[in-house]
Amino acid sequence: MLKELFTKKKKYASIPSEQMKQDVPEGIMTKCPKCKKIMYTKELVKNLRVCISCHYHHPMPSRERIASLLDEGSFREYDAEMISENPLQFPDYLEKLEADRRKSNLNEAVVTGEGTLNGYPLVIAVMDSAFRMGSMGSVVGEKITRAVEKAQELGVPFLIFTASGGARMQEGVLSLMQMAKTSAALKRFSEEGGLIISVMTHPTTGGVSASFASLGDYNFAEPGALIGFAGRRVIEQTVREELPEDFQTAEFLLKHGQLDAVIHRHELKETLTNVLDIHQARGDGGWWEN
Amino acid sequence: MVGELEFEKPLIELRKKISELKEFTKTADVDLSAEIEKLEARLEKLENETYANLTPWDRVQIARHPNRPTTLDYIQRLFTNFLECHGDRLFGEDEAIVGGIAKYDGLPVTVIGHQRGKDTKENIRRNFGMPHPEGYRKALRLMKQAEKFGRPIICFIDTKGAYPGKAAEERGQSEAIARNLFEMAGLKVPIVCIVIGEGGSGGALALGVGNHIHMLENSTYSVISPEGAAAILWKDASLARRAAETMKITAPDLKALGVIDEIIPEVRGGAHRDVDEQAKAIDQVLKQSLKELLTLDGHALVEQRYEKFKQIGKFTFSRDYLGVK
Repeated sequence: MLKELFTKKKKYASIPSEQMKQDVPEGIMTKCPKCKKIMYTKELVKNLRVCISCHYHHPMPSRERIASLLDEGSFREYDAEMISENPLQFPDYLEKLEADRRKSNLNEAVVTGEGTLNGYPLVIAVMDSAFRMGSMGSVVGEKITRAVEKAQELGVPFLIFTASGGARMQEGVLSLMQMAKTSAALKRFSEEGGLIISVMTHPTTGGVSASFASLGDYNFAEPGALIGFAGRRVIEQTVREELPEDFQTAEFLLKHGQLDAVIHRHELKETLTNVLDIHQARGDGGWWEN
Repeated sequence: MVGELEFEKPLIELRKKISELKEFTKTADVDLSAEIEKLEARLEKLENETYANLTPWDRVQIARHPNRPTTLDYIQRLFTNFLECHGDRLFGEDEAIVGGIAKYDGLPVTVIGHQRGKDTKENIRRNFGMPHPEGYRKALRLMKQAEKFGRPIICFIDTKGAYPGKAAEERGQSEAIARNLFEMAGLKVPIVCIVIGEGGSGGALALGVGNHIHMLENSTYSVISPEGAAAILWKDASLARRAAETMKITAPDLKALGVIDEIIPEVRGGAHRDVDEQAKAIDQVLKQSLKELLTLDGHALVEQRYEKFKQIGKFTFSRDYLGVK
């Protein structure tokens, strides 16, 4: 009898019929990679793509990010038509770009423009990992540089959301040089007192973490975001040392003094508003002026 | 012979043959001078052909040659009064980067460079020329000091890359590199950067934001090592030779891409063949660079540097954009 209790039940995987597959449109449900909970995609999107069960921060498309932060109708995009060339004549690069353009509805891995956040004017750049893993080639470097120059010209803060695997290999050393170009633009802006806010989202690695992502007057990150210079596998292979579980997460960086704060996506707008408010030239009290 | 490279094998064989014949004529009573002469002419021709047609992979081999001159070799030959300055004042001393004050033909300068070791023992001490954050922060400290005293800065670039390790990440490798790019862009003194060996990615660029960037003829400068590129692109690190060509990492490639200013010619066969001669070739280009830059004031130097990097990159415009609504 006891034995009966423990007999293994045969498990059969149910294969949905062709009809059923057609009934459930693709993407209607999303499974959280962390807690494995399955939820309606719409519900997830409405929750700013934060898992309703475990608060895992799913990647957020650039246009959703902009809509979630900027005042309605205030966004004006810059350089929307800028696209990559194939400077190294790299095999299949143009085809890959074209495929990503179709898949992501984006022209490149960053969207830049101006708008207002709770009334505060600013220039914003949002990287998008849906396009070539957010990698930085000439276009990403140029768009960010131009956006920083624009912020300087307008005398408004520069806010950047990073999400990138690093430099784009297919543009070789030109990609590498974009690190210097963007950093130089930020330096210039900073010298004139420009405010730089960087929010690192999952993932921010390689050449992007080693340039503008780390150059904010305030460096924030979203919970759980992977942030680092070298990849975990590379480190494990070269040094053969055990890496902690939370290695290169936002929380790890916070612990090691590399971030100002880790901010939940639901509190991001409020925090940014606060920072923008504090950087109002003269504040709003007036008591010190007799 | 130690340190002979793969593509030099035919040359080595021929040289061996010639010396064998020479040995033979010494002991035997046969006149082989005509044959020797012929072979020597062939060697000369073969050498010319080989070294005039180096493939990117050949150049990678030369750039990585164990006897390739390092930063300290050139410092010794190009500068006087060199005083090495250690430490970042924050965490520690990183011997993968050397730096200090010196005179260049009488002119006070600050000189900084990645430093590989000459043997295993030194390589361990210098971490094979792969810096930690403290190395970059030391470099930045010395650059700021140079700016304070109005000294030009000369950077020698020679690294496989910033060190990928746990401690490096904990101490902010990314931030250290980013900070150098940011601060170098604003320095009000001339900065001349010379790639002398391998220019590996962000770890190289962190000493590379200069007014002028020069490369030795057989040095490389790239976003990722050929092995790394091959592993990512074709999941096979052994295709590095192909990646070296695809990635456009040689001095002529970078010149064509508009990234560098001058290619400094190398001694035939590579800088390791004659360090003194090589130092002279560097001296010529460096002097010209500094002469030019010393006519600019601080503001003009920052502008020139900004414009230099601003124009790097290739892009176009298309109306087919789908659009963020």
